[in-house]
Amino acid sequence: MIRFSDVTFTYVGAAAPTLAHVDLLIEEGELCLVVGETGSGKTTLLRAINGLVPHFTGGRLSGEVTVDGRSTRDHPPRELADLVGVVGQNPAATFVTDSVEDELAYTMENLGIAPNAMRRRVEDTLDLLGLHDLRNRTLSTLSGGQQQRVAIGAVLCASPRILVLDEPTSALDPAAAEEVLSSLTRLVHDVGMTVVLAEHRLERVIPFADRVVLVPGLGRPLEVGPTAEIMATSPVAPPIVELAKLAGWTPLPLSVRDARREAGPLRLRLHDKMARVPDAVPHDSRSAVAKVDRLSVNYGSLVALDSVDLEFSKGEVIAVMGRNGSGKSTLLAQLAGLRSPSNGTVSILGQRPTDVPARKLIKLVGLVPQDAGVLLYGETVADECSTADRETGLTPGTTSAMLDRVLAGISRHSHPRDLSEGQRLALALAIILAPAPPLILLDEPTRGLDYPSKARLVSVLQNLASAGDCVVVATHDVELVAQVATRALVLAEGEVVSDGVARDVVCHSPVFAPQVAKVLAPAPWLTVDEIRDVLEVDG
Amino acid sequence: MKVRRPPASGRRGLHPAAWWLWAACLAGSAIRTTNPLLLGLIAAVAAFVVSVKRTDAPWSRSLVFFFRLGLIVIFIRVAVQIIFGNRLSGHVLFTFPHVPLPTSEGVSIGGPVTLESIIQAAVDGLRLAVVLVCFGAANSLASPYRLLRCLPSVLYEAGVAVTVSLSFAPEVVMAIANVRDARRLRGRPTRGIAGLRGMAVPVLECALDRSLQLASSMDARGYGRRQVVAKRIRRWGAGATAIGLLLVCAGVYGILDVGSLPGGGIPFLALGALSIGGGMAVSGRRTNRSRYRPDVWRVPEWLVVGSGGVVLASFILASSLHTAGMQLQVYPLQFPSLPLLPTVGILVGLAPALVAPVPRSESITRGTPSHLGPPAADADRAGGLLA
Repeated sequence: MIRFSDVTFTYVGAAAPTLAHVDLLIEEGELCLVVGETGSGKTTLLRAINGLVPHFTGGRLSGEVTVDGRSTRDHPPRELADLVGVVGQNPAATFVTDSVEDELAYTMENLGIAPNAMRRRVEDTLDLLGLHDLRNRTLSTLSGGQQQRVAIGAVLCASPRILVLDEPTSALDPAAAEEVLSSLTRLVHDVGMTVVLAEHRLERVIPFADRVVLVPGLGRPLEVGPTAEIMATSPVAPPIVELAKLAGWTPLPLSVRDARREAGPLRLRLHDKMARVPDAVPHDSRSAVAKVDRLSVNYGSLVALDSVDLEFSKGEVIAVMGRNGSGKSTLLAQLAGLRSPSNGTVSILGQRPTDVPARKLIKLVGLVPQDAGVLLYGETVADECSTADRETGLTPGTTSAMLDRVLAGISRHSHPRDLSEGQRLALALAIILAPAPPLILLDEPTRGLDYPSKARLVSVLQNLASAGDCVVVATHDVELVAQVATRALVLAEGEVVSDGVARDVVCHSPVFAPQVAKVLAPAPWLTVDEIRDVLEVDG
Repeated sequence: MKVRRPPASGRRGLHPAAWWLWAACLAGSAIRTTNPLLLGLIAAVAAFVVSVKRTDAPWSRSLVFFFRLGLIVIFIRVAVQIIFGNRLSGHVLFTFPHVPLPTSEGVSIGGPVTLESIIQAAVDGLRLAVVLVCFGAANSLASPYRLLRCLPSVLYEAGVAVTVSLSFAPEVVMAIANVRDARRLRGRPTRGIAGLRGMAVPVLECALDRSLQLASSMDARGYGRRQVVAKRIRRWGAGATAIGLLLVCAGVYGILDVGSLPGGGIPFLALGALSIGGGMAVSGRRTNRSRYRPDVWRVPEWLVVGSGGVVLASFILASSLHTAGMQLQVYPLQFPSLPLLPTVGILVGLAPALVAPVPRSESITRGTPSHLGPPAADADRAGGLLA
C-alpha cells in the first residue's frame, strides 16, 4: 500500500539527512506504529507518505514514495487527498471552517462527493467518533480532546484508504484516548484501512499495533518488525514491557490481559512483600503553601470550577487529573494569578496572586504552560538565560546554572525553537525555577516527551519536592502520576471528586490506573522501579 | 398574520441571507426617519429578536459591541456639532469662544450652542447608530461563514480567503492572550509601550505558524484539485457574477440613500440577481466541488424577509403620504409623537422571533468522552464509511 524505496530526505540547510536510505513497505490493512525519540524524524516520515514532504516543506528527497501505485513525485498532496488522510499534532491549527459539521464535510466538498453520500458519511462519522452532541458547535469553543476527535473525523469522512496520525492521543485524557484508538482498530479490522501512527505514549498504543517502525534518528537505518520483536530491544518501551523483561516473561506480553496471565507467580512472590509498598509521605497541614477557598470560576454560562476547597502543602507533588475540560487548566491559571476568580479566594503564603505585581509574583509561584515554547522569545539559549536573570534581579548565571541542574548539555548557542521538546521544557522549567518560587505548577508537561526526557522530568520534580517546594502537575499521563505524585486530585465538571494519596486514588480507578497496577492488582504497586527494588533486595 | 411554528428539527437555523435582508430592511427604514421614538423602537425590535434567536456561537455576542459603537457615534456627532456645527437659533445653553473663519458658509468653530442644535445632532447620530445596530443584529444571528458559503461557486476562492481571515481573527486574539499570560509568568510588563513591543513578535510568529499549518492542512485535504471546467466558461461565469454583485450593491445603496437612484434601487437589485443567477448557471454546474447541506430557502425565510419588507414598506408609504411625526420637529421644541402606520409596521418586524427556526441545541457540553455503542453496531457504521 505504501512503499518507500531508498528514500533519503534532507531539509534545506541541514547538514545531515533526516531520513537516509529508507526502504519500507506497509501492507494494506495494517496498523503500523512509528516510534522513536523526539527529533528522530518520525514526523518527517509520516508527512512523506502524502507528499507534504517535500512538496510543502521544501528540501531534497531522493528515491521514491508510492502510495497505492501513485508516486508522490508526480502527485502533490491535494491529488492524494482521496487516498491519504493526515491528522497533525495540533488539530486546532488545521481547521478550515467554523463548525463541526462543516469541518467534517470540507474534504468531501473538495473531492466533489454527491450531497446525499456526504450527508450519510457525516452522520456515520459523528456516531463513530461520538461527536453527535457537538455537531452544531463552533470549533473554537471545543476542548482539546474534542478538537482532536473532530480532526480525525474530518479526514475519516472522505473515506481514505490510509490514515496517517501524528500523536493522535497526546492531548487526550485516558478514556478519550482509548476511545479514539479503539475506533482506529475497528477501522483497521472492519474496513481494512491502513493506519500509520506516531506516538510517544506507547503504553496506550502498543496493544493495538501490528508492526512497529523504530526510527533511531540521525539517519540510521529503520528497524521494522512485529511489535513484540522490536519492543524486546527497543530503547523506548512501555512499563508493561519493562515489567515483562524484569520478570523474564516470554513471549513478551503487550496487553494487560496477556501480562496478567503471565503474572500469577510474580503476584504470589510479591504477596508477602506488601509491607514494602512505599508509604505515603505524610504532609503537614501547618506548612500550607497555597489555599483555595470556595473557588468558583465561570466562563459565561460555563462553570469551570465550582466552589473548590483545597490546600497544598510543602513537599507535596500533587497530580491533578480529570477528563478534557474538567477544569484542570483553570485551576492552574487561578493558582498562577492569571485570571481572577468569579467567587472565592486563592492565596499563596497569605497573598492573593492576582494582587501581586508580575515581578514579585514569579518569586511566589511559577507556571510552565502546556506549550512551554510560549515562554521563550530569545534568539539563543544564552540570551534567554541572561534576560531571565536580569529581569528577575538574580545574580547573573543563576538561570544558566539551574538549566544545568535540570538538563545538562544544552548548547547555549542554539535557538530555542531548534531545541527538542524535552530541551525546550527544560529551559522553560529552569527559567521558572530560577527565582525559587515555593509553588511550581506544570500543565501537561509530558506532551510530546519521549521516555528518557520524562524520566529526567520525574527526577527534577522529586528533587524539588524533597527540597520542600510544592509541585502541582495537571496531566493525563497516568504513568507520570504513578512515578512522581504523592497526592492525586480528580476533577470532574469543575468539582473535586477525589482527593487523596496518589497510590489509593489511581489504584482504585480503572481509568487512571497505571499499567503495573493493572497487571498486579489488587496489590497497589505502581511502577516497575518499585518492583525492581523489592526483587533485588529479595535476591 | 398567521404564525407558523418553526420546524423542530432538520434545520440548521434560518438561511443567513434571510437575516441579512431582514436587517437591511430595518436599516433602510431607520434611514427614513428622525423620530427618536421610531428609531428606538427599531433598535428594540432588532435587539429583542437577537436575544430570542441567537446561539452560543462567538459571533452571537457581537450585538453589545455594535451598541457601544452606536453610542460612540452619537457622542462624536454631538461633539462635532458643538465644536464645528451649523449654528441653529433657539435656546442658547452656553457659548464657546468663536473663531472666525474666512469662508464661514455653515461651518464655524465655536459660538453659541443651542439646545435645538444638540438635539438635532443627537438624533442624527442615533439614526446612524440604529443602522449599525441593525447590521450588528444580522451579524449576531447569522454565522459569517455560512453567509460566505452561499456565494456562488465561481466566487469560491474569494470566499475561502475571507473565511480564513475570519477564523484568523479569534486565533490572533487567543495568541495575544497566550503571549500576555506567558509574559506575566515571566514577570514581564504586559501593558504600555514595553509590553506592546515585546508582544508583537511572538504574536506575529504565532500567526505565521498558524497560516503555514492551515495551508498544509488545506493542501492535504484536497483544496485546489484540478478543475475540469474550461477556462473561457469560468471567465464568463465569474464576469457575470461580479457584475451582478456590483448591481446588487448599487441597488442596496439606492434603497439606503433615498432618491439617489431611479426607482429606489429596486431595478438594480433585480438586474443584479438575474446576472448572478446567469453566472452561476454558466459555471456553477461544471465545477467538481460539491456542497454539504446547502442552506435552503423555505417558508420561514420568506416570512422573515417579508416581515422586514412590511417594515420598509410602511416607512416608505408614511414618508410619501407625509405622515406627521416621521421627522423630528425642533421648531418649536416638542416631544415627538408616535405615528400609527410605521409603528404597526415596526411591530411586524418582530415576526422572526416567532417564525424563525431555532438552531438545534448548541448548549455547551463539557469535554466528556462519549461512549460508543456495542462493537457489532459500530462495525456496521464503520462499513458505511467506505460504502
